[in-house]
Amino acid sequence: MSAPTPSQTVGPFFGFALTPFDGADGGSGESVRVEGQVLDGAGEPVTDALIEAWHGDALARCRTDEEGAYHFTIAAAPAMNLTVFARGLLRHLQTRLYMPGEEDEALRAVGAARRDTLVARRDGAVLRFDIHLQGPKETVFFA
Amino acid sequence: MRLDAVADLELDPPYLHPDYRATVLRAPRQPFVKVPAEWFHHARGPAFGRIAVRDTDADLTRQHRGEPLGERIIITGRVVDSDGRPVRHTLVEIWQANAAGRYIDPVDDHPAPLDPNFTGAGRCLTDGEGRYTFTTIKPGAYPWRNHQNAWRPAHVHFSLFGPQLASRLVTQMYFPGDPLIPLDPILGSIADPRGRELLIARFDAETTVPEWALGYRWDIVLRGHGATPMEA
Repeated sequence: MSAPTPSQTVGPFFGFALTPFDGADGGSGESVRVEGQVLDGAGEPVTDALIEAWHGDALARCRTDEEGAYHFTIAAAPAMNLTVFARGLLRHLQTRLYMPGEEDEALRAVGAARRDTLVARRDGAVLRFDIHLQGPKETVFFA
Repeated sequence: MRLDAVADLELDPPYLHPDYRATVLRAPRQPFVKVPAEWFHHARGPAFGRIAVRDTDADLTRQHRGEPLGERIIITGRVVDSDGRPVRHTLVEIWQANAAGRYIDPVDDHPAPLDPNFTGAGRCLTDGEGRYTFTTIKPGAYPWRNHQNAWRPAHVHFSLFGPQLASRLVTQMYFPGDPLIPLDPILGSIADPRGRELLIARFDAETTVPEWALGYRWDIVLRGHGATPMEA
């Protein structure tokens, strides 16, 4: 048994190395586009976050832009894992995105008052999912 | 100390570490929701089909027409899981500043020269024994605006996936003997000195290639078990 190597922040300068990609293959053929914004405790956009979405064999990666906005396309699924990295995050954050109307034991483990932070919202052809690192609408993160 | 006690040590930094100012508005304040690891943390991780890895990607000194300026180095080590088993064929990505302490990333405005022969990004897959090797140049220190006269010690960023969601790791590797290490609030966010030590490579004469490059050895332990379930 060995102690795991500790985490450190991804920092601000990863964009040229950790290239973005979509994860549209690896599912049934249907895919979804997810769009959202990452916000800090002052409600300001987090312009240097890295988001990874994963379920099954489907993996997508993207970074936020100067407005804190991100988007990716991935094979459709009732729920997926989202990992958030950023300058100022000494460890990454683990959350889950649920399609409207979907739930599982992990969502049910979240208190009813905060459950809606994990449910994406339909907006035309895309799904909206904002991530609040802090503040009254703080997204639920899992340990 | 018993070995399993070592594995249970909490060596990760906290989310909130005010000496690193950017944590203040970005660290979550609500308690995390604890769920059994088998619900999704221990699910088998994704395939990396979209990330093409070429053999040449592991040599950062050969990505341009000429050679980059700086001290040529080799960084090598083994990636294992919490049980000490090799993590095979997993993606390792690195990125770093050039020898002058400047990143090619457009976000970096430090007035140090760019090197037309150095990008500073590399990737490889670990081999059948969990080994990785990169050839690169030693990155320079650079200033940041966290506090008065703040400088980051030389470091190389590492990103690894491993076999499970729980094994995902993004971290930084530091160089032994760097005088900036005790002053750095990012490495200093790890309270336990044993945790900080785990992020400092060691100079390795065996890895050093005569008349060519200095060698550093840095082993990585990913969280989780069952790295090679087929052979368990």
